[in-house]
Amino acid sequence: MSRLEAPGTIRSHERELKKAGDPTAMGTHCELRGATRVYPGSAGRPALHALGPIDLELEAGRFYAVVGPSGCGKSTLLELLAGLASPSEGEVFINGQPIEGNVADGVGVVFQDDASFPWLTVWDNIAFGLRQKGVSENIISEKVKGATKLMGLNGFESAYPAQLSGGMRQRVCIARTLMMEPKLILLDEPFGALDQQTRLLMGDELLNLWRETGATVLLITHALDEAAMLADVVCVMSARPGVLLDVVETGWPRDRDSRIVSKPEFGAITSRLWSLLREESLNALDTKQRGS
Amino acid sequence: MKRATTIRILVLLGAVLFVELLCRIGVIVRFTMIPPSEMVVGLFNLLVSGKMNDDMTTTLSSVAISLVASVIVGTAAGAIIHALPRVRRTIDPLLATYYSVPVFVFYPMFIVLFGLNDVPKIVIGFLYAVVAVIINTLNGLDRIPPVLVKTGLVYGMSRVSIVMRILLPFAAPYLFTGVKLAIAYSFIGIIGAEFILSANGLGHSISYAYHNFDNVAMYSLILFILIVVLTINMSLHAWEKMLMKRRGFQ
Repeated sequence: MSRLEAPGTIRSHERELKKAGDPTAMGTHCELRGATRVYPGSAGRPALHALGPIDLELEAGRFYAVVGPSGCGKSTLLELLAGLASPSEGEVFINGQPIEGNVADGVGVVFQDDASFPWLTVWDNIAFGLRQKGVSENIISEKVKGATKLMGLNGFESAYPAQLSGGMRQRVCIARTLMMEPKLILLDEPFGALDQQTRLLMGDELLNLWRETGATVLLITHALDEAAMLADVVCVMSARPGVLLDVVETGWPRDRDSRIVSKPEFGAITSRLWSLLREESLNALDTKQRGS
Repeated sequence: MKRATTIRILVLLGAVLFVELLCRIGVIVRFTMIPPSEMVVGLFNLLVSGKMNDDMTTTLSSVAISLVASVIVGTAAGAIIHALPRVRRTIDPLLATYYSVPVFVFYPMFIVLFGLNDVPKIVIGFLYAVVAVIINTLNGLDRIPPVLVKTGLVYGMSRVSIVMRILLPFAAPYLFTGVKLAIAYSFIGIIGAEFILSANGLGHSISYAYHNFDNVAMYSLILFILIVVLTINMSLHAWEKMLMKRRGFQ
């Protein structure tokens, strides 16, 4: 397995990654092989090696979280998987097919920034993707009703994003993504704008959705507890250029919710993640301070 | 009604009444200006008589053509220039200095090129208006958060479809500013051109009345143009305010 010998990957975790998988899963299988991303320099600026090389396999139907110090290339990793960016070196496969800078079918992305369309009502925002696909209005209407209910947006269907809080806008974006029934859901710090209680509850909703849809989920987060609570597998990244430091199996049952935060294992996982990340975060901070 | 609106109307009404008074007591002689009330009556008679219908049709249809053309061409050009950064770097200085060129100096050339008809003045109106639309389109497109474009890509939208369904709707409030300016510039260009060298249109009629000391016709036409321009701009302003409010700008 030469691909796992690339720097920054840990061979022993190959077995852990292989173990997984729910036989009923409907999700997408993804693989990164030596995926590297270097942003070319321009006008006196040196090139920026943001990510990799990364070798990672996402088993269909499992829930992954990615944690790492700020600026370690987490969002770049997500863009590679989404097909929004191409790797400078290495390859990305979705269901065995290499993706070449195109968004594969069945991929849904929830971005960190507010991506709601300010000129559309909540209803039209949520319906946007389906309308784009030419789905009939009757079906759209049914689905949007379901999604607004699920996301707690009832009564706000005719509101515009500017009239909503940041958290509600993010929920609109999540609903809009889920409408498309993606088989691979990529989330880039989607709960960053939410308070802690809402985060926990939204986490439960996300777990429900994951169980119902059988999708493969990759959640990027800076919150270690969020990663430890939600994911089957937590990928820990180093400071820039981000490579995989470790892949931690949480071992949670598929049927779980936010109450697991009171379990002793939860504390153990979180502290393991932190011990892995502490030094990297200090390094990242140091680099940042030297840079400024 | 808001306090500010009430005060604004009172100030305006006061100014008109003051001018009326000055005209009536002879401080402003009839030779210079007729009382505002006579302008209103004059305009009413003019509209009823139908004498000005042809001129009004000519001017307003020319403005409409210039406006529609400048909005379509300006928006499309803005979107294309925005998509091509190199072209933009080349064109930017030209756009920035464009309004230092008095387009009217080309009027004789346009007459030679297009003949003594409505085309030269429509071209002038268009040339004045189109750059305002381009500049404001660029301004709007510059403000688009990259995440909205990424969202479009995730939905598998083509570039054209992203422009039509994401970029332009996002930029709409900024395009609006461009359209409002395009209306003003179209009127200025076309009525100005009619003043200089034209055989018809409202600009020509005002100029004709001026040369024949026909103050009633002249002021009535001026009043007409003011009413038309202000009505259009105020309705657009109200629409724009509604759009902006929807987006959270007060």
